[in-house]
Order: sequence, then structure tokens, then C-alpha cells
Amino acid sequence: MSEKKTFTLDGDDVAFEPGQTIIQAALAAGKYIPHLCYHPEFKPHGSCKLCTVKINGRPAASCTTAAQPGLSVESEIPEIQDQRRTMVQMLLVEGNHFCPSCEKSGNCMLQGLAYDLGIMSPHFPQIFPTRPLDASHADVFLDFDRCILCELCVRASTEVDHKGVFALSGRGINKHLIVNAESGKLADTDFALTDKAAQVCPVGVILKKRVGFAVPIGKRRFDATPMSVVIAEESKTKETV
Amino acid sequence: MTYELETAANPEQLRRVAIDPVSRVEGHGKVTILLDENNQVHQVRLHIVEFRGFERFIQGRPYWEVPVMVQRLCGICPVSHHLAASKALDVMLGIKQVTPTADKMRRLMHYGQMLQSHALHFFHLSSPDLLFGFDSEVAKRNVVGVAGAHPEIAKKGVLLRKYGQEVIRHTAGKRVHGTASVPGGVNKSLSSAERAELLKDAYQMVAWSRDAVQIIKQLHTATPELYDVFGHFESNMMGLVTPTGDLDFYHGALRAKDADGKIIFDQVDYQGYMDVVEEEVRPWSYMKFPFLKQLGRENGWYKVGPLARIQNCDQIPTPLAEGERKEFVAYGNGKPIHATLAYHWARMIEMLFAAEMIKDLLHDDDIEGKDLMVTGTRKPGTEAEGVGVIEAPRGTLFHHYRVGEDDLVTMANLIVSTTNNNQAMNTAVREVAKKYLNGKELTEGLLNHIEVAIRAYDPCLSCATHALGQMPLEVSLIDAAGTVIDQVTRNAQGICRIE
Ligand code: SF4
Ligand code: FES
Repeated sequence: MSEKKTFTLDGDDVAFEPGQTIIQAALAAGKYIPHLCYHPEFKPHGSCKLCTVKINGRPAASCTTAAQPGLSVESEIPEIQDQRRTMVQMLLVEGNHFCPSCEKSGNCMLQGLAYDLGIMSPHFPQIFPTRPLDASHADVFLDFDRCILCELCVRASTEVDHKGVFALSGRGINKHLIVNAESGKLADTDFALTDKAAQVCPVGVILKKRVGFAVPIGKRRFDATPMSVVIAEESKTKETV
Repeated sequence: MTYELETAANPEQLRRVAIDPVSRVEGHGKVTILLDENNQVHQVRLHIVEFRGFERFIQGRPYWEVPVMVQRLCGICPVSHHLAASKALDVMLGIKQVTPTADKMRRLMHYGQMLQSHALHFFHLSSPDLLFGFDSEVAKRNVVGVAGAHPEIAKKGVLLRKYGQEVIRHTAGKRVHGTASVPGGVNKSLSSAERAELLKDAYQMVAWSRDAVQIIKQLHTATPELYDVFGHFESNMMGLVTPTGDLDFYHGALRAKDADGKIIFDQVDYQGYMDVVEEEVRPWSYMKFPFLKQLGRENGWYKVGPLARIQNCDQIPTPLAEGERKEFVAYGNGKPIHATLAYHWARMIEMLFAAEMIKDLLHDDDIEGKDLMVTGTRKPGTEAEGVGVIEAPRGTLFHHYRVGEDDLVTMANLIVSTTNNNQAMNTAVREVAKKYLNGKELTEGLLNHIEVAIRAYDPCLSCATHALGQMPLEVSLIDAAGTVIDQVTRNAQGICRIE
């Protein structure tokens, strides 16, 4: 067996297989790099920029950069963490993320990231978007005001479900998620609760109806342990999220 | 229709005094007083400044979000809204009865909140006035002053409140904005560790609540010339009672009595509250004025909250509180007590009841049960509808929802405790103004009399206005031309400045 190739992440050696990206290798080694649009089951998208690290001194997205032997990767350094904090704060004001009354609270990756980064306030003025809910579907409802435009649902619906239910439309600040139906309503698509696209949203947009707050505080995914630790632990054995 | 001192005959010629907003009342209350050059009072109004109907936020949201969301209505009693909404949505889902564990967990949560809210109301917000006097030195007339002069009383107040918060934390999942009560039941029961932790101090809380009743009872009976008279007025009273006429904060049917204690109606299923209660809009106030339909606008207004509840029920189902209730009733000499300050005495009896109930519930094994949720059959189409009523710390609270086929709320109507007491508080304030302010040069101490009357009912105007916040006090004397001629300001810490 040939010796595994390695790069360093914040000073620690990380082994990688040929073809792995930096984030894939890091997660497989149980090392967390913040991310939102990356999902192990999907092709990297490189849009949220949360996973940006310094590679040999130059910033790059770790979800789209292939691992190479001898690279020096810096992730948890003040400069990078500050940028991440600013990006998350911008995401928080772009949508309506009122955690105390959101049923995704405790399972939400945006909230988990905000906690991990020590964000205590949104910092920027709230935009308060008012995009109407879509509750037309019998089993699933959509709260568009929480969308962070990661396109995971778009990718899942296209690549896995082969339905193409979701898409992004508009540009810049007006960019938003749409449903591919003439009426724009989820009920008028062939979307189903069992679709992959119904399972992947990292925040509280695509939600199963009538579940709400069924899981008590304390028992939710990121209640007891910080998200960075939960994801690093889970990725070590099998790669999820 | 008009009430005495509600509308002056010739307001243009009068001076205006605005108490805006009332200090130690959380929220946006404002009192305006119109005076003539001899300081005679011509008009007194308690305005609750509504800034946006909360119902609007609820409409269009999925129903399962509502019990958590409505907790934003009130900083002091979020649990009441959490539970009233859950109860309404149980009904909407066609659920007749939740499981014993769910029922008892919700009750425990509610009694925890009654304890914490009543302790806050009495010890933190009202005891400074009662212990030091209404026109005592402003800088001392606050809870810090109480801690200095009466450390034992202050300590019990702080710890009672803290215990109530712990009960809420263990039952709701968090001290504020818990999520445990869900349509159909609860999402958690107590672990044996949580139960043991709460049980440890439960008896102490009963004992301290008993002491609290003695404090206010002594103050009241030692100074009847103040306590029996201050803000006294007669009115109807309304609240929930069980089928056997017991006091119950969590569930029951509506009963109303007239000022003499005669029953107006009894055992009215609150799903039909609209048949017995109607709300009147008056041009000068954002907050509506509810009244009992049967008696009409003029005579149908009523009091809710501790004073009404204690006298509306036939008995309290716990022994110590029942003993105190009997003494309270006896003090009335065969007539209902309508003194505004008797609210505090009644409130402390209720706190004792809550402490006894918490202790009893913690001894009940159902509290650790695992059967948490039930489902029901919802009416099809747009017919799904439910009303939930609960006795919140400050009085009867109504939540009413209609839910569409797509699970979104199509209609929400809330009548909060403060709204139920709107006319009663206005009347109390007018009685006080007439008796204590008429013909006098206004001082901060005299104006505080007005606030003492409001605080007896409600330290929490924010829920009635459906707005959040706490603001300092500002009193302005404005002449007929609208010019400010005098101003008194007081910040949230009770520091007063007269310019
Ligand atoms: S709905 Fe969720 S998964 Fe889809 S783009 Fe928005 S945040 Fe991403
Ligand atoms: S996770 Fe790499 S850009 Fe979003």
C-alpha cells in the first residue's frame, strides 16, 4: 500500500484520497470546516463561500478546491472567521430568521453556524422580506423568507428526484427560490414528501407539515453539542451533510 | 354612552396632564388628565397605545407555530398565551381530551408561571408602594429599596419568582419561549431528576407563599381607611370555574357574578364566548371595551383577575389557600370586596394556591408519563375552529382561531386580560383622580397614586397592546393651548427629575 498523501489544516496533517476536495478530506478526518451549500451527496456548488479557507496564503472555497499534497490550509484563523461572521450576519438579515418561533430551531445549520461563530446579534439592519408562504401542498409547506439560496433543494430535485421542482430566479438582492409550476404552487408539481429535495434544506424553508415543535428543547440535533462538533463526529464514520 | 369623567364637557379650556407611559407597567400605557385652573379634574383616560394588532402576524402562519409564536405577546406571562393557543388548537383539531400526562404537564407549567408572575407583580412591582407609601421618596420606592429595608421579604420574593421560572424551564424546555405545549399535547414530560429537583423546594415555596398572604393581609386590615377605599368601585366579575365551582386557572367554564355576588351566568362553555361577551370600540382608545351582552354596554363591564376569581369561585381545591379565601370572604362581611388594593391580597392567596398545586402535581406520577400526544379528527374545509380560554395571571384570556384546509390560520381573535379589565382600570383611575388629585397641585407622589391603581391590576400592558417594550415615565402638564408648562420624567430605574 502506498503511503497516503497529506496536506495540513490549521497545522494538523490531513490525509486525502485522490479526487477529494479539501472539505471532503477534512470532514472524513473528523475536522470541521464551516459550510452551508456543501452537502456530501451533491456536487460542490461553491456559492455560499462560508467554506473559504486560506490555501498557501490565498483565499479559496474548500468545497471546490482539490486536495493536493503539501498544501498549507488555514481555516480557524481570525481573519477568515471574521469574514464568515460577516457573511452569516448578512444572511441573517436577508431573511426572516426569528429563531424563538421557528420550528427548525435546534436543527438549523444557519443558527448552528451563528452560534459556532459567536454571533450575538444580526449587526446589519433587517431587510424583512415578505414572500408569501406556500402551504398548498398536502404534506409540505414552504417558508420562502428563510431561504439562503444554497440550491441544495434545486440540486436534489434535479439530480436525485429527476423532477426539477425548484429553481432560483432573479438576480442580486432579488434572487429568490421559485417552484416550477405555472401557478408557482408546490401543489401543482409532482413533489412528494419522500423526495430527496424534501430532506436537504439546511434551514427552515422546506418543512413537513403538522410536525412543528414535536421534538423538545434539549433533544434537537444541535442542542447539547455545537454543530461543528456534531458534524465533525458524524462525518468521521460516514459522510453526511 | 359615557361614564363619569370619561369625557369632559369643554376640553378646550382645560389643562392636560399625561402620564406616559405608566412606570413599572411593562408596555405602553398612557393616562391623560384634563384639569381646569383650580386643578379640578374633568377628564381621566387610560389609553393603551396599540401599535399593531398581533392577530395580523398570526394570520397566514401554519397553526402548529402559533403556540410558540404568541409567546412574544407578553414578557411576563408568555406561558398563558402558549397554553391558551394550544388549548384552542386542540379543539380545532377535534381533540376532546389530551392525555393525563399532557394535562398535568401543562397545568404544572401554568402554575409555575402563576407563581412567578404573582411574585414579580407583588414583590418587585407593587410592594415598594405598599411598604413605603405611595408618595414616599421616589429613589427608594423600588425593589432595591425593599431589599434594603426589608431584606427577608425581598429575598422571598426573588426566590419565589426564581422557583416559578424553574418550574417553567423544566416543563416548557426553556425559561422563556419554551416549546413544550403543542396542539394535541406536550412534547416532553418531567424526568425523575427534574421532578426531584423541583420537589426539593416545593414545600418551602408553599410556606413562603403563606407568609406573603400574611404580609398583605396585615397591611390591608391594619389600614382599612386606605385599602378599603382606594380606587373602590363596584362592578361585575368574570372568570373560569370547574363544574363544581372550584377555582381553576387552567380550565373550566365561564361564570359571571354581579357586584352583589349574584350569579349572572354560570358554566358557559367558552367555545361560545361570543354569545356572552361583546367588545365595544370607543373613538379615543385603541383597546376595545368588552362587556357582558346580557347586561348591555352600560352595565355589562366587569373585572377579571385575582379579585374576581377569588370571589367568583365557591372554593379553592387546596387547603391552605381555601382557608385564606374564607378569611378574605369573611372580611367582606357578606358583600363582595371591590377595593382595588384587595387585588394584591387576592393575588397572594392565588400564589399560595399555585404553590400548593405545584407541590401536589409533583407528587403525581403522571408527570413522568410517556403518553404525550393524541390526535383528533379535524372538521373538513374551512370549518376547523377552536377557542382556548385560560386564567392568566392578570385575568381571563381568550384565544380564538380558524384554520384553513392548507393548515394556515385564517382568523385569530385574542381578548387578553388587560382588555377584559379595560373599563375596570379606567374606572379605578377615575376614582383615584377624583379622590386624591382634585384641587391639589400635582406632585410625582400624587400622580403615583394613579399608577398604584393601574399596577394593582396590571403591570403588563404590553400584552394588551400586542407590542413589546418598556419605557420610562413622562408626565407633562400642558395648558389649553397645548404648551408644555411642566414636566416630570422618570427613567426605568425610578429616578425622577422635575424640570
Ligand atoms: S429552500 Fe432550503 S435548500 Fe432550497 S435553496 Fe433555499 S435554503 Fe437551500
Ligand atoms: S460550502 Fe463551499 S461555498 Fe458553500
